[in-house]
Amino acid sequence: MSGAQAVVEALLREGVEAVFGYPGGANMPIYDALYDFHSSKYTPLNENGFRHILARHEQSAAHMADGYARVSGKVGVCMATSGPGATNLLTGLATAYMDSSPVVAITGQVPSYMVGTDAFQEIDIVGMATSVTKYTFQPLRVRDVPYSVKAAFYLATTRRPQPVLIDIPKDVQQNEDEVEFPERVDFPNYQPVPDPDPVVIKTISRAILSAERPVILAGGGVKNANAYQELQALAELLVAPVVTSFMGKGAFPENHPLSLGCMGMHGSRRTNNIIPECDVLLVVGSRFSDRTTGKMEKFAPNTKVIHVDIDKAEIGKNHKLPVVSLVADAKKALQALILEIEAGKLSGERDTWVKHAQEIAVMARTEHDGNGHYLSGVETVKMLRRFLPAKAIVTTEVGQHQMWCEQHFKVIEPRTFLSSGGLGTMGFGFPAALGAKVARPDLPVFDIAGDGSFLMTENSLATSVEEDIPVTVVVLNNRMLGMVAQWQRYFYNRRYSAVHLGKSPDFVKLAQSYGAEGVRVETLLDLENALNKAMHSPVTTVVDVPISPEEDVLPMLPPGAGLKEMIVG
Amino acid sequence: MNQDAQYRIMSALVENKPGVLYRISNLIRRKSFNIESIAVGPAEVPGVSRMTFTMFSDHARFDQVMKNIDGLVDVRSVEPLEERNATVRELALVKFAPGAPVTRPEVTSFLETFRANIVDLSTDTLTAEISGDPDKINAFVNLARNFGLKKVARTGAAALPREMITER
Repeated sequence: MSGAQAVVEALLREGVEAVFGYPGGANMPIYDALYDFHSSKYTPLNENGFRHILARHEQSAAHMADGYARVSGKVGVCMATSGPGATNLLTGLATAYMDSSPVVAITGQVPSYMVGTDAFQEIDIVGMATSVTKYTFQPLRVRDVPYSVKAAFYLATTRRPQPVLIDIPKDVQQNEDEVEFPERVDFPNYQPVPDPDPVVIKTISRAILSAERPVILAGGGVKNANAYQELQALAELLVAPVVTSFMGKGAFPENHPLSLGCMGMHGSRRTNNIIPECDVLLVVGSRFSDRTTGKMEKFAPNTKVIHVDIDKAEIGKNHKLPVVSLVADAKKALQALILEIEAGKLSGERDTWVKHAQEIAVMARTEHDGNGHYLSGVETVKMLRRFLPAKAIVTTEVGQHQMWCEQHFKVIEPRTFLSSGGLGTMGFGFPAALGAKVARPDLPVFDIAGDGSFLMTENSLATSVEEDIPVTVVVLNNRMLGMVAQWQRYFYNRRYSAVHLGKSPDFVKLAQSYGAEGVRVETLLDLENALNKAMHSPVTTVVDVPISPEEDVLPMLPPGAGLKEMIVG
Repeated sequence: MNQDAQYRIMSALVENKPGVLYRISNLIRRKSFNIESIAVGPAEVPGVSRMTFTMFSDHARFDQVMKNIDGLVDVRSVEPLEERNATVRELALVKFAPGAPVTRPEVTSFLETFRANIVDLSTDTLTAEISGDPDKINAFVNLARNFGLKKVARTGAAALPREMITER
């Protein structure tokens, strides 16, 4: 078997359903093996084997794999050739790294005997990707290929999910050798996170039980651990309000009476205000990002903070002094806490607090509702929430529209909201939506976009049309780089520098030129009709929604300010 | 950087695989540390290396980067070493080219004071080896500038924890 065939076979054995990629000189043997595979020389394990989906830019291939991973919880696989193909993947890998998403990237490399000679399309991708991956492999013998793939999948999905890169020199892909496919791989120094320490669970449980004003802050780690039910059970058991970070959005149903929505830079003002007021804050799977906490000194100075995280290095990193910390899987930790708390007794007087929190929850949910009549960014997002079924998957790009989604798109079902929270990658949403649709072809998928972001990866329209992956892109089009403009409005004395995008392109014609549907709407009624049509269309639809270039995302926490210092408007 | 910033030593036991040193040093660089010295060599177990890092840091940031390093796939263990609880040694090779006004006997007498050994001699130069804790090496190198110092090669500090003395 050749190294290239071993790659394909190893991917099949991992149960891969789809690979997002782009061929080039240094990965042609792998694509040649795919050709064989698609002409049924292999007997695939799953019914149809796996699909290869041709991206139009490697960055998009990585975002597609990431979107696939976030929706399915399984590894998303992307492939690229050496040199520019590999470097184009990097932004996508960095995006996945910052948001803890299990992506495996397979790059071709120049032949091993040419490595180091600055050969055509040679780049040190192993070196370059080191900062944005958990691990990298460069198998130098055919027989090492199956192990690398097996290990990459294992490392990407265990402990904190993170991307892994496999860089395979072309000669290793071409050479033939006897290969064995290992059933398991062993990393003696990399062990699963141990079960939650019962002593610490007892301590945490005592602290929560005796709390008078407890709040739970849930981060993306809850989603990665699939601890949705456990979080809800614990919150209900304690009658404790639940706040999420932006990455935690959707970890707790946002229509639940105990949901206070998102906190942070564009969180609800009342939700932000409640954090310094609570006496015990149970933080699960959140890294205290600066966008979540505001100025750390003013975050919750008099609150007992309990930090549960799967990554030991997150403990004490941003929040220096949690009173109790526990390194554990969120699901296991919450399960253990539920058992412990069920056996205990709530000692604190809670009724007043719970009533207060629930009033806040109601107000937080309607805090920045507009007048509801004209076509604005906010109204579009709210219309989308009313219109879309709870199970529909929504992705976003990065900017104002993303923060309007944070505020107004209430996420109800697990794994239905995907956004680049950590790296803040413009152009993520559309390819991620395609990856999501590949993972869940049964669900409608919407990318809520800005005009600036959409232009970064709009060429994925070609993939969407040619590969028959229909989604809907709703472009909140203010002909501006809206978030940058907003900051220039507030912090740079309205000196608008390089933020005007103008009227080009015509998004309707752009979509049509790719063979997709394009429609421009002028009223909320138009919008509803367009969404209805788009959701049932067999091809991707781009809905162009012209909005005011002056609309702000409010409230807003200015950089460096404390949670109670929001700009309201 | 907080007031407790000082030189701190970290000892890591790692798999001897390609790229491990790069991954660790890249992580340290990423957290904006300047590495003062690194010493790497095979440890007591075959296939495993011991790396000793010295860097200038406050306690909190040092602790943080250690936790990050400990989380790496190929790292077996990592521990901080405090100088008073550890044996810290470094080796330096120092080449001298004594000439007026410094005489060769003055140099050899200087070397004797520091218990440095001459390991190479030519008509114009001599090379000495010296080992000791980094402070001693610093002092030696600084003074050597007055004795015709030409070149310095230092290994960086290697360190092991001291054991408690138990009474029998």
